[in-house]
Amino acid sequence: MRDKRGPHVMNHTSPIERILRGAALTIVVLFFMFPIFWILLMSVQTNETILRSPPSMVFTPTLQNYQALITGRLETQAGSLDIEFMQNLWNSVILSVGSVALALVLGVPAAYAFARHKFRGSEDIAFTLLSFRFAPPLLVLLPLTMYFQELGLADTYVGLIWVYQLICLPLILWIVRGYFEDISPDVEHAYRIAGHSWLSTFRKIALPLAGPGIAAAGLLAFIFAWNNFIFALVLASADKQPVTVGALNFITASGIQYGQIAAAVIMSIAPTLALALYAQRYLVEGLSLGAVKG
Amino acid sequence: MTETALKIDGLTKRYKADTVLDTVSFDVAKGETLVLFGPSGAGKTVLLRCIAGAVDPEEGSIEIDGRDMLDVPPEQRGIGMAFQNFALFPHMTAFDNIASPLTARRSTKDAVREGVESVARLLKIDHVLGHQPRALSNGQKQRTALARALAASPELLLLDDPLRNVDAKLRFEMRLELPRLLAEQGATVIYVTQDYKEAMALGDRIAVLDGGTIRQIGTPEQIYRSPATTDIARLFGDPAINLLDVEPEQDSAGIFAQLSDTRVPLDSMLVGAVGKPCTLGIRPEALHFADTGIPVTIEAKTPLNEKTVTLAVTKRGREILISRPAGRPAPSSGAAHIAVDASDAILFDRGTGALIAATETNAEVAA
Repeated sequence: MRDKRGPHVMNHTSPIERILRGAALTIVVLFFMFPIFWILLMSVQTNETILRSPPSMVFTPTLQNYQALITGRLETQAGSLDIEFMQNLWNSVILSVGSVALALVLGVPAAYAFARHKFRGSEDIAFTLLSFRFAPPLLVLLPLTMYFQELGLADTYVGLIWVYQLICLPLILWIVRGYFEDISPDVEHAYRIAGHSWLSTFRKIALPLAGPGIAAAGLLAFIFAWNNFIFALVLASADKQPVTVGALNFITASGIQYGQIAAAVIMSIAPTLALALYAQRYLVEGLSLGAVKG
Repeated sequence: MTETALKIDGLTKRYKADTVLDTVSFDVAKGETLVLFGPSGAGKTVLLRCIAGAVDPEEGSIEIDGRDMLDVPPEQRGIGMAFQNFALFPHMTAFDNIASPLTARRSTKDAVREGVESVARLLKIDHVLGHQPRALSNGQKQRTALARALAASPELLLLDDPLRNVDAKLRFEMRLELPRLLAEQGATVIYVTQDYKEAMALGDRIAVLDGGTIRQIGTPEQIYRSPATTDIARLFGDPAINLLDVEPEQDSAGIFAQLSDTRVPLDSMLVGAVGKPCTLGIRPEALHFADTGIPVTIEAKTPLNEKTVTLAVTKRGREILISRPAGRPAPSSGAAHIAVDASDAILFDRGTGALIAATETNAEVAA
């Protein structure tokens, strides 16, 4: 399951096959990369050059979109506009990091319990946690909005991080549980028989061996949390909104600020992209470790 | 009376409807090596895990040094254990693996190092202590696992088929080396194996476990000479024991069985067997070629290095294996006669497969 390598097909292929394969790969890459490329181009153009018809690749690049986002002031013909993009970005960081951290603290021990101790109803509880992901978010949101207002949790970081557990916790629980189940129970028994308590066995054996899985689950949860839109849209006001919701502010009465939207998108995917690239080699290492163990 | 190191009483373990261990009871004396022998699925490993505390039994008690262990967590039972699959910690070096029982006892750094190095020297792995388990050969892994079990000099040592996953050469070496090693430790040992040679070589006593119950427990000699059932008789010995259907008779000369119209005298104390359908067990090495005796036809002869195994067929078409030390004359083909010593024949009840004991003989020994 963890072996992502396909069969080795490169050895005995004819030149035509290789060219066709290359062409197909190029098309796929273009298809998926083009929007990102286009957004990148848009982010260094003014609204005027973006909207001219027919579109052209020839323009003078400008950093005014980024500048506007970072300084928080946008000058348009209709006047100046305050934007809170940096606050949105900061909110995204707080919400994503906070909710992933909380989900790890809660989810990893829970995953271990589900993997190692088959108690009555353990499967049901684990499945119930997963089932939060089946329901449309609005189903959860409507009652939650009322509760949160009652409890004073609406429009707070704590409240949002709590709600984000609906995204992060099941993900971490189910992925990490699989990694714990892959560890031979004998390895843990051996450590306990050697004279260590269950807690130190969990810390010194189970956690390090499931480390790559925990990292992968954490990364995925972070991306899902970062890209979440609907929870924050309903439950947060302007000063707590993450970038996903904040991008809506660029749809103004005087028109849609495409340049700023593009720059905002680039800036908001940068952290997750950097994180994924950084974690990639560790993830691959971890995944292949799992494959060798057998 | 020697001190009892381990006392198992009425131990029962079930997995759902499956009874894996069924009221198992036995004692192990201090310093004794008890071999748990049985086919796979007999419950040997589960029994070992119950003793180690990795598995909780449903019923029964486990006492180590007179102390009830059922509510004692594994880390406080003072046990050393080597697993069949080694169960090394894959993210730690061989040194840290072996050191784990020592660090748990909060020894000083120097004491840990000294402890690890001395046991590593004993097992000849001191040159690979810095390696991770995946960089070790199977033999080195096995020695590391053994070293880890021995490191803290536990009073009770549980070895779960430690030679199962190593190659034949290493297994042979370790079979010679282990008894000395275990004797040096002075520990009480429970050794699980499926290999009867290992069981005979290492055990002070052997407990034969099958279907979750102890079928027989005794010295290797007792198990080999007086197996409790035909099943146990078949498990010990290579080539396997000859089992022949007979009906013992008695006349003025004593008790005997007819094999191919030839009289095979039996122990005169086996009176209980007269006239009953029985199974006669004769070890292949208890048979020898003679001028007179049971007439047979030689079918095949297999010279092994240290012995020659001959397959012969009796007049009634029953196959018999004869094992003779290499160098002794053994016919290769044609007709021959074989003879058997009365004292080497073992008699079983054909219906139940149980040993028919010469009870009077035992009484004499006791008296």
